[in-house]
Amino acid sequence: MDVQLTVNGETTRLDVEPRRTLADALREDLGLTGTHLGCEHGVCGACTVLVDGAPARACLMFAVQADGADVTTVEGLQDDDGGLHPLQEAFVAHHGLQCGFCTPGMLLTAAHLLETHPDADRETIRAEMAGNICRCTGYQGIVDAVQAAGRDQSRSST
Amino acid sequence: MKCAPFDYVRPSSVEEAVTTLRQAAGDGKILAGGQSLVPVMAMRMARPSVLVDVNRIPGLSSVEVDARALRVGALTRHALLEAQDEHPLLAEAAGWIGHTAIRTRGTAGGSLAHADPSAELPVVAVATGATVTVAGPDGLRELDAADLFTGMMTTALADDEMITSVRFPRPDRWGFAEFARRHGDFALVTAVVTGFGDGLRVTLGGVSAAPVRAHAAEEVLAGGGTARDAAQAASQEIEPTADLHGSVPFRRAMAAEMVRRALARVGPGE
Ligand SMILES: Cc1cc2nc3c(=O)[nH]c(=O)nc-3n(C[C@H](O)[C@H](O)[C@H](O)COP(=O)(O)OP(=O)(O)OC[C@H]3O[C@@H](n4cnc5c(N)ncnc54)[C@H](O)[C@@H]3O)c2cc1C
Ligand code: FES
Ligand code: FES
Repeated sequence: MDVQLTVNGETTRLDVEPRRTLADALREDLGLTGTHLGCEHGVCGACTVLVDGAPARACLMFAVQADGADVTTVEGLQDDDGGLHPLQEAFVAHHGLQCGFCTPGMLLTAAHLLETHPDADRETIRAEMAGNICRCTGYQGIVDAVQAAGRDQSRSST
Repeated sequence: MKCAPFDYVRPSSVEEAVTTLRQAAGDGKILAGGQSLVPVMAMRMARPSVLVDVNRIPGLSSVEVDARALRVGALTRHALLEAQDEHPLLAEAAGWIGHTAIRTRGTAGGSLAHADPSAELPVVAVATGATVTVAGPDGLRELDAADLFTGMMTTALADDEMITSVRFPRPDRWGFAEFARRHGDFALVTAVVTGFGDGLRVTLGGVSAAPVRAHAAEEVLAGGGTARDAAQAASQEIEPTADLHGSVPFRRAMAAEMVRRALARVGPGE
């Protein structure tokens, strides 16, 4: 089936089998391997992307369903000069990652969190990030990173 | 962990969806939020040959309020139910479903049709005496939520029927309590207390194949008994089964505690 996707601002057309998940279309057809696949049944959160601005599991959506949608992947977080997103900087600074497998999903979940809850406290951050599993960090560094990025964001917007 | 091949149909009306289901003769499935169906297909526990994607049918995600109830279209996402403030009990329950990335996609109709014994919305539907509107080859019919759930993940829906909307009456008083292992996990026990005029209803989820009313607990309350006595009665009248998430005594104890907490939130009656 023919689908049209706008991924990280760029519009492309793809011919996919209906059973191709959005995650596989991004990785295999578009070469955007930043979206990771852990469990492939909705539990781990590694494949989280933004679909029309809202976080969604790319493993639980067929590419044909995203026809006409606007998708943001981790590759779309960098700024125009190719520099890291403030959240990515914060993850580096606060040990928010070790192996990095969960990181793309963590970053997109966090990006949406800071947009919808600009002054999220630690409890809100923990609750909102609970759908993303990390087997390395023990989460402390991730919560620290999101909180720090949130603080910087509100400081620069005042 | 990849789904088996299927034909994908994207109808633009309920009639077209029903016709497609009928033609699939039992081998078709509605695709709504996909948050329960796609995992099941990825694990090859289901291999429908036709998927009927209802996401682009107009008018299915409306939320209408009247003096007594909230009517939600089948395609209303959990996130929208959580955000509305016309039916606070429904908003609270929706907020307990999974995680944000699940609630942005999952739908009210999908949750009721999936009929997971631990799901929040079926419990609220039974607790509020919701009415489910269903479209089939012969047109529309209405069903009491209590009659929709016929057992573990089974409903009274025929293969060629589709839920189009659900009407959730608004209780005068309510209390909600849930116990889950971690934030966003499926509930081990959910207790919902609802008051419509006189008396209180006590409804439990997670303790049997489908949501159940705790009639003994309701009688205790009607007779002027304490919340503690009602909670005790509820824990004794249910028939939970043991699984890896908890033993029978543990589930009884959790049911009692959730009933007690839900009642505490209702506050004293008039
Ligand atoms: C990680 C994770 C955590 C979750 N946690 C919870 C939780 O805590 N509580 C909870 O309740 N749920 C939870 N869910 C499931 C979620 O709520 C689903 O959204 C819901 O169970 C099904 O809704 P859906 O719209 O996604 O339906 P789908 O997955 O699209 O469909 C589910 C079933 O319903 C049928 N169906 C869908 N719409 C209709 C309709 N209008 N008429 C007739 N049949 C229809 C489909 O054919 C299918 O059989 C979780 C899911 C995941 C992946
Ligand atoms: S790969 Fe999608 S949630 Fe795990
Ligand atoms: S950094 Fe390894 S899984 Fe999170």
